[in-house]
Formats: sequence, C-alpha cells, structure tokens
Amino acid sequence: MANVTLRNVRKTYTGGFEAIKGVNVDVADGQFCVLVGPSGCGKSTLLRMVAGLETVTGGEIDIGGRVVNQVEPADRDIAMVFQNYALYPHMSVFNNMAYGLRNRGMKEAEVKTRVDEAARVLELTPMLERKPRQLSGGQRQRVAMGRAIVRQPKVFLFDEPLSNLDAKLRIAMRVEIRKLQRRLNTTSIYVTHDQLEAMTLADILVVMNGGQVEQVGNPLAIYEKPATTFVASFIGAPPMNLMSTRIDEIKSQLGAGEAGILGIRPEDFVITEQTPAGGVALPLTVEAIERVGAETFVYGSRAQDEQRVAATPGELPPGEVIVRIPGSEAPPIGQKIRVAAVRNKLHLFSGDGRTRIEA
Amino acid sequence: MQKQAIFQSKLLPYALVAPQLAIVLIFFYWPALQAVIQSFLLQDAFGLSSTFVWFENYIELFKDAAYFEAIVRTFFFSFAIAVSSLSFALLLAVMADKPLRGSMLYRTLLIWPYAVAPPVVGVLWIFMLHPSLGVLSRYLRNMGIDWNPLLNGDQAAALIILAAAWKQISYNFLFFLAGLQAIPKSVFEAAAIDGARPMRRFWTVTFPLLSPTIFFLLVVNIVYAFFDTFGIIDTMTRGGPGTSTVTLVYKVYSDGLLGGNLGSSAAQSVILMVMVIVLTGIQFRFVERKVTY
Repeated sequence: MANVTLRNVRKTYTGGFEAIKGVNVDVADGQFCVLVGPSGCGKSTLLRMVAGLETVTGGEIDIGGRVVNQVEPADRDIAMVFQNYALYPHMSVFNNMAYGLRNRGMKEAEVKTRVDEAARVLELTPMLERKPRQLSGGQRQRVAMGRAIVRQPKVFLFDEPLSNLDAKLRIAMRVEIRKLQRRLNTTSIYVTHDQLEAMTLADILVVMNGGQVEQVGNPLAIYEKPATTFVASFIGAPPMNLMSTRIDEIKSQLGAGEAGILGIRPEDFVITEQTPAGGVALPLTVEAIERVGAETFVYGSRAQDEQRVAATPGELPPGEVIVRIPGSEAPPIGQKIRVAAVRNKLHLFSGDGRTRIEA
Repeated sequence: MQKQAIFQSKLLPYALVAPQLAIVLIFFYWPALQAVIQSFLLQDAFGLSSTFVWFENYIELFKDAAYFEAIVRTFFFSFAIAVSSLSFALLLAVMADKPLRGSMLYRTLLIWPYAVAPPVVGVLWIFMLHPSLGVLSRYLRNMGIDWNPLLNGDQAAALIILAAAWKQISYNFLFFLAGLQAIPKSVFEAAAIDGARPMRRFWTVTFPLLSPTIFFLLVVNIVYAFFDTFGIIDTMTRGGPGTSTVTLVYKVYSDGLLGGNLGSSAAQSVILMVMVIVLTGIQFRFVERKVTY
C-alpha cells in the first residue's frame, strides 16, 4: 500500500539526449495509473526509473513517502511485469514465482503457501512443474503476473505486458489484470502504446509525448477535453479530425483573424443538410468506406473549391475527414455528402496545438 | 520445399565433390591409415626392416608405466587448463558485458591473444618466467619462492598450464560474451527486482543459462589441451624436466621422432585418434542439441 509521486523527474543520457523532460505525476494509493504514448515518448524509460533499472538524473521519485532515487530495485518493494515476461527459462513455474521470496529468506512453507495461492488465482496450478518454454504465451504472461503478486509488493509496474499476445487473449488478460488489481488494491503503473488498453484500465491516465506529459487525468475527462492536439489525435480511434481554421469563424470573442485548430471526433459528425446553430458543416466527397459491423467509417475529402479550412500538416492527410456512423448503411463511394457537428462537440486549440481554448 | 539441386548427368555431382574428397583422402585418411598400419609393425634398430607384430605395440604400451603416467598427466593438464581458462574467461566476459565506456576497445583487446601461435605463447612466457632470463622469476625468488621450472617438475607443469590456459582465454571469452549477450537483459533485471544480489544472480541465473555454452567450451578446451598444446610444451620445456611435462601428444613425438620407436608412436597416435573421435562424438551428441538447461 503506497502512493507514488514523481516530482519534476528528468532523465538525460550522457551525450545530452533528454529522454524525460520533467515529469510530475501523483498516483494515489491503490490507483491504477496508465502511461500512454507513441514509441519513443519515454514512457518505458519513466517506468524503468520508478523500478530502479534506470538512474534518475533530476527530480525525485517517491514511493510510499520515501524518496527512492538511490534505492536498489530490490529494496523499493515493487514488482514488475516485463513485455517479454523475463521468466527464468531454466526454472519451473513454481521456482519462477518462488525465486523472489526465497531471495528474501522466506521460510519454505510460507513460500509454498503463497505460490500455491497465486497459482490458484491465476489458474496455473496444473503447470507448476513445467518450464516456461512448455507454456503458451498467455500462460507465460500469467506466470509473470504470479511472480509479481506472490511478493505482495507496494507497487506493481507493468511494461506493455500484453503486447506479445494475440488480440483476443489481450482483451481477456486486460480484464483479468483490472480485476486482479481491484481485488488486491495495489498501486499500479502500467505502460502501453495502445490507447484502448489505456482507456479501459486507467483510474488515472498520463498521456506522454517527447519525454513530456501532455495531459494527466481521468481517461474519460481526457477523451472529452483533450488539452492538446497531440492528446486529441492520440486518444480515440479513429483519431480526431483536426483542421486548421480561423478561430473567429467559430468563436467571435477571440481576436479576429487568429489562427487555430478545430478538432471534431469522427463520431460527433452526422450526415445532414442542416447546419446546427454555432456548429460547423462540411461538404465531403466519399472516398472510402470501412464497415466493421456495428459501425461504419466514412473517409471523405473536402473538395478544393469548397475548402474553408485546411488540414494541419502531420495530423491528417490534407482534406481528409473521417466520419463514424452507426450501423452498416453508408453512402456510395464518390457521392457528395454534407456532414455537421454541433457546437458543444467542437474542440478548439491554439495554432501550435499546445493549448485548448474553451468555448 | 525440398532443397535439392537437379543434375542432368549422374557423374557431374561426383566430379564436383571429387577435389574435396581427394584432399580429405590424401591428407587425412591416408596418413591415418598409415598410422594404423604402422602401429602393427615393429622396426629393427636401424630402420632397415619391419615385422608385422599384430597388437604387440599396444600391449607393450599398456604394460609401460610411463604411458600411464602420461595419460594421467594429460588428463590432469586438460582439466587444469580447461577449468582455469574457462573460469577466468567467464569472469572477464561478465565484467566486459557491462555497458561501460570503451567496451568495444577492451573487448577487441581481449580477443587478440587468440591470434598468437602456440609456440610464440611458449616463448613469451619463457621470457617472463625463465629461471635466469625471466622478468617475473626475480620477483618470485625475492618473495622466497624457489622458482626453477627447469629443475622442478611441478613448477614446469604449472608453467605449461598457465601458458596454455592463457592462450585459450580469448577464445572462451568470445563465446561467453556472445552467450551472455544472448540472454535477454530483462531476465537479469527481473532477478534484480526479485531481490537477488549480484553474486546470487550470477549463480542462480547467469550460470545456469550459460550452461550450454560452458559445456561446449569444456569439450573444446579439453580437445585443445589434449592436442594443441604441443607447440607450447615443445618451446617451453620439451617435456622436461625428466618426463614431468610429457603429455600423450608430446610422447607420440618424442617416442617416434626422437626415440625412433615408430611402431609404438603409431599405436599411441591411433589411441589418440580414438579419443578425438569419442570427444567429437560427445560434442555432437550433447552440444548440437538445442537448449540443454
């Protein structure tokens, strides 16, 4: 039981590369914190710094009220689940789980009780004598989980634990991890690049980009009010449509002519001939259709002569807009349609995409 | 899919492998056969005639106490060379595996000794440890050790083991380093988080995971100590003092070429041949098998 606090944590490698540029996060006791971001954003480095596997070059990492910057990984009372599971290939499942307990000099009877209990919870009892190579991916994953829970640590650290599993198993394990964490009520930090995993697991979501925290908060709050265009395009699939616009067209009280970025989520569009009051409407030509059953994604392009706003470079191909409509009914390719979004579904950002402008 | 080349002519494939076969037959099988034939012959003192004596050379050999001494000595040398060079190489590899500045440089430097020919190794160590010329001998004597490998058989043996082990360290180091780098770093990290201190981590994780490499190197080192130490022995001690550094291979040379007993020498080399076959068999049997831990 412990809270984890990161105070202005920095990581600069010899050679000057700054991997973590001052991160502040506060994870309360028992909370499930997810670090999410694209590859290379520093999320794994940050987790490894909490684990003690990477040195901290600035700031403080505090676990349960104790600054652990100089504390060995073994003495931080944490357990980590690695992406490749990092099971000891020469040890049986039982010994893999017992290793950390025996290293701490626990009595063999107590070791057995704890491992058996973890094996029961994770349904590993029939495979305790097997070696990791005789297990499937999902079973190995559970052994890695077992190795973490037998220790009853203050904090669980997960480094993309599900990324080596197939899609179906990943969803099942995601639910398992969440249930297990709720029951044990152990503070957890979980790293993933999968925004869906991040949304479903997190009590507190930390969106990272380029070694910095873009936004921290409740996942739904982040989804509804992304603080930057990066968060807007990273959280939610398909990503939010981002278009450069002149803010005075949307929000008259700002200075006339100021450039900004308008964001609209694909599901917030409706195909209609009307323009809602204060909302926006776009004429589109249907370019492609993706039917996934319960919903359909329409990829449209804005015709050049009708283009009021241009897409932000790097966010969406110029002129492309994704619209999500329920069901599988969709307009045919090539047809001209008109989509609209209501006022309170519009997201406005400053021209550099770094600040959200509240309507 | 089957990987099979299709030849129009039945003779062409044979013609293509013929050069290789010729080399193997002329330079390997022919001398080996000669040795086997020779081992059944007994030559007169002047080398003018030889008589077919069946297994007499072998029987004589096994009656000879000196031969048994050589066998025991060879096994002892092999064991000592293999253990000392393996353990030292492992120590170096574990240290060189750490991500430190300039690691490429010292990794490269550690591999160099392997390029030195065995007789040169012998000469190098003589320069250091020759009782009257050696630079280190003076210090040893100053420390109160009566260092004279030219007279003291045990010291001569130690010298041979030292030089031969030193020569093999680079080779072992290279394999250990590769073996260490093949183990995912996260396994060591998991062990560190699991509360295993460096020494315990080494014995419970690193060492067992390196066991296939260790076994492979053990066989290679024994073969090396058996057969490739000839150059070192010949330059450093010539088997002496007395017979205290005569190994099986050196005995083949000294009995045959120096002693002129070609029949016995041939019988000894046939026995050595059998040993090589057995060792190679062991190597293929166990080492070629995937994952031994």
